[in-house]
Amino acid sequence: MIARLFLAVLVLPLAVFAQEPIRIGAFLSVTGPAAFLGDPEQKTLELYVEKLNAAGGVLGRKLQLVAYDSAGDAEKARAYVKRLIEQDKVDVLVGGSTTGETMAAVPLAEAAGIPFISLAGAVVIIEPVKKWVFKTPHTDRMACEKVFVDMRERGATKAALISGAGGFDRSMRAECLKVAAKNGVQIIADESYGAGDTDMTAQLTKIKNTPGVQAVLNCGFGQGPAIVTKNYRQLGITTPFYQSHGVASKQYVKLSGDAAEGVRLPAAALLVADTLPAEDAQKKVVVSYKHEYEKRFNQEVSTFGGHAYDGLMLVVEAMKRAGSADKAKVRDALESTKGYMGTAGVVNMSATDHMGLDLTAFRMLEVRKGDWQLVK
Amino acid sequence: MLAQYLLAGLTVGAIYALVALGFAIIYNASNVINFAQGEFVMIGGMASAGFVEAGLGLPLAALLAIGCATLVGILLEKFAVERARGASVVTLIIITIGASILLRGLATLVWDKKIHPLPGFSGEQPIVFAGATLLPQVVWVIGVSALAVALVWWFFNRTLTGKAMLAVSHNRLAARLAGISVRRVLLTSFALSAALGALAGILIAPISFTSWDVGIMLGLKGFAAAILGGLGSGPGAVAGGLVLGIVESLGAGYLSSAYKDVFAFLIILAALVFLPDGLFGRRAAERV
Repeated sequence: MIARLFLAVLVLPLAVFAQEPIRIGAFLSVTGPAAFLGDPEQKTLELYVEKLNAAGGVLGRKLQLVAYDSAGDAEKARAYVKRLIEQDKVDVLVGGSTTGETMAAVPLAEAAGIPFISLAGAVVIIEPVKKWVFKTPHTDRMACEKVFVDMRERGATKAALISGAGGFDRSMRAECLKVAAKNGVQIIADESYGAGDTDMTAQLTKIKNTPGVQAVLNCGFGQGPAIVTKNYRQLGITTPFYQSHGVASKQYVKLSGDAAEGVRLPAAALLVADTLPAEDAQKKVVVSYKHEYEKRFNQEVSTFGGHAYDGLMLVVEAMKRAGSADKAKVRDALESTKGYMGTAGVVNMSATDHMGLDLTAFRMLEVRKGDWQLVK
Repeated sequence: MLAQYLLAGLTVGAIYALVALGFAIIYNASNVINFAQGEFVMIGGMASAGFVEAGLGLPLAALLAIGCATLVGILLEKFAVERARGASVVTLIIITIGASILLRGLATLVWDKKIHPLPGFSGEQPIVFAGATLLPQVVWVIGVSALAVALVWWFFNRTLTGKAMLAVSHNRLAARLAGISVRRVLLTSFALSAALGALAGILIAPISFTSWDVGIMLGLKGFAAAILGGLGSGPGAVAGGLVLGIVESLGAGYLSSAYKDVFAFLIILAALVFLPDGLFGRRAAERV
């Protein structure tokens, strides 16, 4: 009896003490050329790990964020992921702001058998399906499809592409070419421009003089699309003009000025959080995330931070459903995620789909009077 | 169509020409290829955008921005190039590469990593001209570039300081014996190059925007234009810039835009093989 009491006194506190925190390993491009991705992602993770801990943690355990800055460098990402798995012994990986960093981490996560949620865009991350790898952002293929569907609704079946030379631009161009025919749109002109180019009137003149062009899509990122938009208006082209989700920020509207009027682009609901109709199922989550983020950091919310929010919440949900932080159980729970409403849209994962988003994740927006407007 | 391509080519060509002229001036004074030339372009654009965002008028902002860049050029010469006096030309070139990386880093601290617009000097309403449409800014780019080139010509051929700089480029020792301060000439060349670069940066910003890394590509193209025209030749730099711009634009228009840069660099390769001293370069006399 005394021995049992003794044991209870000794062991019970030990049991509580043994409730080690759940370790979330993150590797993000907080600095470097992709800092605009990694910076809001890191801030979001910090903010929500703090909030979850204040609310009592997950499964009675605290969360601990172990984050490294991989600076957009695939080699650094590989080294940090190794450290996260071997030294920090994290329970789950969230990160890889760019596709390059993600792909460098994939073999390590697969070999170690650790659930890995990528925050990068390209289709290659989840196609073919990798057992331990998931991702939260929508793919460029979905953006292409969304645009083509909208083109067809406006009666355009012959379109021209103009794309930049960056990784995002080229990947999206390839995806668009792949899915155009399936969506009933024929690409009859395909132009491109260089990374530091200052004038695209030559390419646009060529498109303008291609007979039969009914719509133009610019697959681009950075300042290129704003220059293309200005040149488009300068040449007086009047066919419907589409941009990609790559420039879905106020920056694009600010840079292009009046030239952006009437331009359409697919974007996540987060950008128009406050203008979504009240009955929209996604409204609650995007408005809450937007306000939390903007209140804390005093800067405009971006979809990239939203991807990190979704990544963290998917993991937390999966752990709750699995009832443990065991890697294999969390993986299985992640794969069976159904109806999770995130900032990117509703997520329905399966053994063949490790992203789980559909076209409703994108909203078609139009620039009107220097602001976004939902196209119903 | 042709008119549109030519105008597009002339616009970028004029910018390449100004950058190339900056390369030529410093090369003449010191035999150094200043790889921080593109950064002067960036400083011009970023500083003027910064001043405009701070509420200054465009003309004042542009003047201040040119002043900033000139100051940076002078500091670069005083604290980096002059300190390494006596070092080999290659060392000096490496110093300018280091300076360009430093300046880019500083720009992200002084300003930020965002892309900044600059309002057009006289609006954004396109003008129709010979079947082509152009922005009013294009007229500014071509006009001001032509004026700047004329001023540089006048400076080198009609003023004592300019002639002194030419003399140094022809024969350093003889110029020094004639009482010309080579140090002053070097300083002037950096200041002048920086001012020209900044001017290019301000002129192009309303068309192509500006950001901390805009100098890399413009610097490279300007360097290519300088090589094409013959390193150290003023008229060569201008011609090289214009040819490069027009070839790029025609290539993108009539052939394939995917290979636009390839045409430009092919022309340069051809020039190097068949005209190793560029279009206007002096054939260097072999000394025995």
